[in-house]
Amino acid sequence: MRDAVQDTATAVHQTPGRLLHVDLRRGMLSDTSIDSLPELLRPEDLLVVNDAATLPASLHGTGRGEPIELRLAGEGADGTWHAVAFGAGDWRTPTESRPPPPTLAPGDALHLGPGLRARVVSRFELSPRLLQIRFETRPDGFWSALYRNGRPVQYAYEAAPLALARVQTPYAARPWASEMPSAGRPLRLELLARLRTRGVRVAWLTHAAGLSSTGDAALDAALPLPERYEILPSTVAAVAGARRRGGRVVAVGTTVVRALEGAARSGGGDLPPGPGVTDLRIGRGFEPRVVNGLLSGIHGRDSSHFELLSAFLPGAFALLYSLHVIAGRYRGHEFGDSTLVLG
Amino acid sequence: MELRGTAVIITGASRGLGAALAEELGRAGARMVLVSRDREALGSVVERIRAQGGEAHAVVADVSAPDSASRVAGTSGALVGPAEVVIHNAGTLGPVPLAPLADTTDADFEEALATNLLGPFRLTRALVGSMALRGRGTVVLVSSDAATVPYAGWGAYGVSKAALEHLGRIWNAELSATGVSFLTVDPGEMDTRMHREAVPDADPSTLTRPEQAAARVVALLREAA
Repeated sequence: MRDAVQDTATAVHQTPGRLLHVDLRRGMLSDTSIDSLPELLRPEDLLVVNDAATLPASLHGTGRGEPIELRLAGEGADGTWHAVAFGAGDWRTPTESRPPPPTLAPGDALHLGPGLRARVVSRFELSPRLLQIRFETRPDGFWSALYRNGRPVQYAYEAAPLALARVQTPYAARPWASEMPSAGRPLRLELLARLRTRGVRVAWLTHAAGLSSTGDAALDAALPLPERYEILPSTVAAVAGARRRGGRVVAVGTTVVRALEGAARSGGGDLPPGPGVTDLRIGRGFEPRVVNGLLSGIHGRDSSHFELLSAFLPGAFALLYSLHVIAGRYRGHEFGDSTLVLG
Repeated sequence: MELRGTAVIITGASRGLGAALAEELGRAGARMVLVSRDREALGSVVERIRAQGGEAHAVVADVSAPDSASRVAGTSGALVGPAEVVIHNAGTLGPVPLAPLADTTDADFEEALATNLLGPFRLTRALVGSMALRGRGTVVLVSSDAATVPYAGWGAYGVSKAALEHLGRIWNAELSATGVSFLTVDPGEMDTRMHREAVPDADPSTLTRPEQAAARVVALLREAA
């Protein structure tokens, strides 16, 4: 029997989240609400969002006759997918406690629900859980079957199964993301309209946000895996325009940072338009070339994203930030509160 | 609007006006995702369009189901890219022969609302954010004169269409500044299965052909910004 899923209406109707604003110039941290974002930005600023829709990337089925769960980690340029395999069980069990999948070899068939079959193409040295697979369904049939059989990837801290609608940003368009690019979740249309009224431009790119956790220590240490992105010429022009106006380029989410900074590095400093793949790792000491600010979730010291956020929190700010998160009882995870770091 | 290459979603596309719209838009060069519960009938519409050189993809879904909107939006995003036009054509009369309100069950009333009102609401909600971000998009709501004329026996259907039209007006008030526009169209009395079920003794020669109605809707789309 299918689980009752959370009311999809909750995806839209919820109280505005809290916002922890880190003002690097004035050396201040302040507690405010996401609704004050238009006032915190300047008319010459540019907000760049990731319009990737979240895939139903968790598939249950069998491999070598044993139960498996596959979590799609991203599609390659050749039509194959990276996937992380687990043994029996589901999201209710923490990933680190999940049993391993059966030993799968290239050529093995994976049965992932009615009309959805894949074959293992290769395994990786890094972890026996990481596979390269190829679906054996034509494109039309593939997408329908994926959406019929797949569920959103979710973790044991959730109380109930998540509906696919609940893990979409308000402007989700292209289904590329294994997990929700959640920094943009609070950017409701009404808030985007107020930003534009203020004069703040909003541009978009698509970045295939991958899995945030696999429960396999070696694999988790290697995350994020290379991820594909696409940057439109209009977004490149919007970035150049913000620069010209003396505005700041504010990335909505670390996926946008990866796409913009990865592309700029591949372009030798200039931001080139087009599709690409980035293996850029961002952490303390990273020097952004394109991005001047970041809107993100709340990431405590124990979270995997803290290292990435640290790239935007120089000197003592990282410590101040993590103390403030604890003292202010900010909520982490993808449905929690937000951080805005501005230079 | 230039229709060539435009990403379009049509619900209720397996027959009647939906199928006629799909064929007309297919000839105009639109890239389409066609939605219907009826896999077989939808498959033949897709085949016909492809045989004429058009691009169409079938997505089997029941628009009244709560989880359909994100499935349809996601699948179409993958197959044809971010939707630029969505045509909410799927509709149900409820049980036929048509019954007066006093004889309408809760379940029948709710079914009409789920298909004719909530389905378009959810799918629009799943798509307008991307349209607003891009600053353009067109949402077409297929209505009926039963939305304004209180025909006896058309209770659940008429109420659902009246609400659908008001839904469009409110969406429009909220989103007109974003570049997303809402068109409500009344195709009139057409020679379709739905009309035969509602009015079995109607003279088909007095009814509009779905192809004629589809051509008018497509002309409206071309004129739209």
